[in-house]
Amino acid sequence: MKKKWYDYLWIVTLVYLVLGFFNILFAWLGLLCFFIPLIISVATGTKGYCNRYCGRGQLFGLLGGRFGLSRKRDVPNWMKSKWFRYGFLIFFFAMFFQMLWNTYWVFAGASDLKQVVTLLWTFKLPWQWAYHGTVLHAGVAQFAFGFYSVMLTSTILGLITMLLFKPRSWCVYCPMGTTTQLICKAKHAGRGNRT
Amino acid sequence: MANTTRAPRKAAVLQDQCVACGCCAKVCPLHAITIYHGIYATVDTAKCVGCGKCAKECPASVIEIREATV
Repeated sequence: MKKKWYDYLWIVTLVYLVLGFFNILFAWLGLLCFFIPLIISVATGTKGYCNRYCGRGQLFGLLGGRFGLSRKRDVPNWMKSKWFRYGFLIFFFAMFFQMLWNTYWVFAGASDLKQVVTLLWTFKLPWQWAYHGTVLHAGVAQFAFGFYSVMLTSTILGLITMLLFKPRSWCVYCPMGTTTQLICKAKHAGRGNRT
Repeated sequence: MANTTRAPRKAAVLQDQCVACGCCAKVCPLHAITIYHGIYATVDTAKCVGCGKCAKECPASVIEIREATV
């Protein structure tokens, strides 16, 4: 099948992850992975982002598929259950809001900038080499460190389940995927289930 | 003579557990799968030849190849 331009978006995901090692402020670009799926699902009532444009899904598909870095086993039943998917969504956003809260305190001047990337919400890695100061407020950098932590953590989780299960098993519990599916369901129900 | 005609095999999606990621639609060589309003995958059984690529690809493993009951 002929490849389209959007079949190469995995390169963008890879570049994004690499840039975070050089200048943390690039982490702000990751907001696109939050807003584009939401805008597409709200505007069109489809999961067009997952279906077509998600570079992370493509990256897992490539590494697990063509590069064979996956056992290609079925995910366990609990992982595709509603309670786990919704539970992970709630947990993920709770952690996200906690990150925003920490950022707020830096903006408010009540706490200092912490140049760390927190992996799996636990492990604090020193990351000062990727910060060279900014003319903007330190809070801008704090958000970048926090947001890059979110992106790197979810990539690592996705890589782990890619190795253990199907290449794109991240898609099963991806919080953005779950959110956009819920939006689509709500939108469709709101239209009285017309096809 | 034994019955030599086999029931055609088709992909069937467990729609309640489908995450609508679209991996199946992407891999289907006959474009027989569409994502219904971003909620779940649907198979056009008229087009499906039961090759099983979608079932293999599905991250949630919620597609089965079944003998179609006609």
